[in-house]
Amino acid sequence: MSLTLDATAPEARHGALRGLSNLLYRKPTLYLSLLLVPPLLWFGAIYLGSLLTLLWQGFYTFDDFTMTVTPSLTWANFAALFTPANFDIIQRTVLMAVAVSIASAALAFPIAYYMARYTSGKTKAFFYIAVMLPMWASYIVKAYAWTLLLAKGGVAMWFVQHLGLEPLLNLLLSVPGVGGNTLSTSNLGRFLVFVYIWLPFMILPIQASLERLPPSLLQASADLGAQPRQTFMQVILPLSVPGIAAGSIFTFSLTLGDFIVPSLVGPPGYFIGGMVYAQQGAIGNMPMAAAFTLVPIVLIAVYLSIVKRLGAFDAL
Amino acid sequence: MHSEKASWGLKLAAWGGLVFLHFPILIIFLYAFNTEDAAFSFPPQGFTLHWFSVAFARQDVLDAVTLSVKIAALATLIAMVLGTLAAVALYRRDFFGKESISLMLILPIALPGIITGIALLSAFKTLGIEPGFMTIVVGHATFCVVIVYNNVIARFRRTSHSLIEASMDLGADGWQTFRYVILPNLGSALLAGGMLAFALSFDEIIVTTFTAGHERTLPIWLLNQLGRPRDVPVTNVVAMLVMLVTMLPILGAYYLTKGGEGVAGSGK
Amino acid sequence: MPPAVQFTQVSRQFGEVKAVDQVSIDIQDGEFFSMLGPSGSGKTTCLRLIAGFEQPSAGSIRIHGLEAAGLPPYQRDVNTVFQDYALFPHMNVLDNVAYGLKVKGVARAERLQRAEQALEMVALGGYGSRKPVQLSGGQRQRVALARALVNRPRVLLLDEPLGALDLKLREQMQGELKRLQRQLGITFIFVTHDQSEALSMSDRVAVFNKGRIEQVDTPRNLYMKPATAFVAEFVGTSNVLRGELASQLVGDARPFSIRPEHIRFALGERGASDVEVSGLLHDIQYQGAATRYEIRLDNGQHLSLSQANSQWGDGPASHQPGQRVTARWAREAMVALSEGV
Repeated sequence: MSLTLDATAPEARHGALRGLSNLLYRKPTLYLSLLLVPPLLWFGAIYLGSLLTLLWQGFYTFDDFTMTVTPSLTWANFAALFTPANFDIIQRTVLMAVAVSIASAALAFPIAYYMARYTSGKTKAFFYIAVMLPMWASYIVKAYAWTLLLAKGGVAMWFVQHLGLEPLLNLLLSVPGVGGNTLSTSNLGRFLVFVYIWLPFMILPIQASLERLPPSLLQASADLGAQPRQTFMQVILPLSVPGIAAGSIFTFSLTLGDFIVPSLVGPPGYFIGGMVYAQQGAIGNMPMAAAFTLVPIVLIAVYLSIVKRLGAFDAL
Repeated sequence: MHSEKASWGLKLAAWGGLVFLHFPILIIFLYAFNTEDAAFSFPPQGFTLHWFSVAFARQDVLDAVTLSVKIAALATLIAMVLGTLAAVALYRRDFFGKESISLMLILPIALPGIITGIALLSAFKTLGIEPGFMTIVVGHATFCVVIVYNNVIARFRRTSHSLIEASMDLGADGWQTFRYVILPNLGSALLAGGMLAFALSFDEIIVTTFTAGHERTLPIWLLNQLGRPRDVPVTNVVAMLVMLVTMLPILGAYYLTKGGEGVAGSGK
Repeated sequence: MPPAVQFTQVSRQFGEVKAVDQVSIDIQDGEFFSMLGPSGSGKTTCLRLIAGFEQPSAGSIRIHGLEAAGLPPYQRDVNTVFQDYALFPHMNVLDNVAYGLKVKGVARAERLQRAEQALEMVALGGYGSRKPVQLSGGQRQRVALARALVNRPRVLLLDEPLGALDLKLREQMQGELKRLQRQLGITFIFVTHDQSEALSMSDRVAVFNKGRIEQVDTPRNLYMKPATAFVAEFVGTSNVLRGELASQLVGDARPFSIRPEHIRFALGERGASDVEVSGLLHDIQYQGAATRYEIRLDNGQHLSLSQANSQWGDGPASHQPGQRVTARWAREAMVALSEGV
């Protein structure tokens, strides 16, 4: 190590920018506020402001006769949610959301489990991308693809016919509540589309939670004498619950608010989303639409408080 | 990595699941080249590129594509600015209300789209704003912020904070540090976030149906097409293109952020 | 000439925690000064206060006589070698080293030339085009050093820079750092939790404990005349005798420190100033250069005794665990301690 460093006096920078930099350095709170003001303004004014406007409108009065909205406050819209017709809509939507979440979890688990425990390197990357791609692929096109698949004479029917599964399909379609005239007008069809569209949202959180399991834990279980099946039931499954719960936030919430899929596939009858859309659009009853949006908000809040106990937030 | 082998049942379920996820997408690609002009019969009757030229000659298709690109570009730009600001402010600092702020950023994609959509619509109506181009952009930007935010904050967490201190220590002020150290390290994460936000905006339909007014974005155009069985070949071609526009960014984002954080913002 | 760095009653609080508590030090120009202490003792916070990454909650810091409060890091004539080196991963080695000159507006040709010189100074000439990830830990450490020194700071701050290196490399770098500091004649402020590192390199050492300074002294004085029980036990090993035993032996109730190597087994005539204690030998550890004997005294206290292993040595064979022994040392070898923090 020899020493031949020239000393040149560093040339000082001056000017307004340097001054501002110094000021922000001395006042970290000011710096923080300057950073936060634009996003907070946007979200506070536009997003939260809109939400509050909406809820407030839920108290306005809609005159069925003149089809106009007057700003006199009433509880009537919220009370109307409990009329049998509206309650039916809510029940239908929630049942579907629950069914979709359960089925997604059942389908997602083996994929996630295989990804986390039996793949590495390139195969893992392949699986990861193979799950991300359909997740990000256009929602409307995926829904459209299923209308093609399920249509009369479409791909699904072709497979059913060539595999000789027609009797089975007919049996399924004859089950009340699940079936219908054809696959594309049945609840079963709608359920399939929902499961398909939201499945990737379930796979990734479960995979992440399984990925975090240290291998030594499984070795410890085996070392203590557990059969593989016991290890799975006693160790792996309980520790993947937060992942499943996190995934179900997506499947539940996304199904709850959807109105495109129910309008494309399945029997007639509104979902919550469709009802909101119809109320504000064709009927022009914004107060009722506003009251209806409260339902998914409340349901999701309740759901979140449940899954939070299962550790879902740590697995997000 | 693991000594034991996966059972046949598990392998079948995993690979079968992947096939299930990709089959409908393949169908879309297949039908775009189908020679038939009305039915969706299977298997396809022949291969043609004819419908591409038909689709690209249609003014309504071109208009919808242009509109969607413009909206996605503007919404992405806004989201990148707001998302980056929020990430710079929130990483490494703890202050009262921090949790609420990050929750608020996530809310627009955590709550169903109808809520965001109708809330914005009711606010626009209350303020007397006519729904149109700008209202769509506002809606899209709102739910795209979190995508950029997630990507940027993930990169920040992976980047040693001492790099920023080292830069200041060596004589760089805040601006120089941002220009020479933060931005180059953030670049690819920012780009990845931007691409994902673009894809998300390009494809969004639920919020858009509320805020679009008379404008027809590409997804809304597609939705309207579903009621027109005679136009199916053009719909198929456009559907395939939309699929590509939304899928390619995920590949890009994956390669840009490879090595650690994965693609942040798995909540779409 | 004002001190290179002067702390006057400096405190730094994080919420309820006092990371630095009323610290006052003068660090002289051209000194190799170490801040030694366990993790969380406040030494790194002090370094960050000098660099400008933290602001004091109270007190004043002067750097070469200039009040540093409110001065951002980029306006202080100090540079830092970071514990994790903090090399910019997106720049090659030469650009890393030239960074400080670049942001100060030094022309490209000149700054690259000076960066190359700095790299040669740390024996990394010709490595400029590599990326930091292509270097070994020791090489990165030298790049970090060159990157700081190329700016000709008057004070160089080193935050446990050798912590990540293995033992041999660490010893080699200790020597090189010390030589560099002598040649450049600038102030080095060196943070470490390794007491032998601090002793072997420094002109003076400040021992930190719980945000306060227990003692500032030369390495020799720290070892020979520890001021507090904490220093006695943290710097080297020491027996601290307290209370009844201390007053019984020397007629003074203050705690006393006696180094294990200053104690021997009682053999032959007892000197006039010798003190003796007896107890049960319960453990013998062979340590190569020396052998350590652990004795449980009759009053329950422990005493460590260390004996150099000479070539011809009587060896440990003469003592067996469980044996009753008498230990003896000269009264002058005992150092009275104050309670410290």
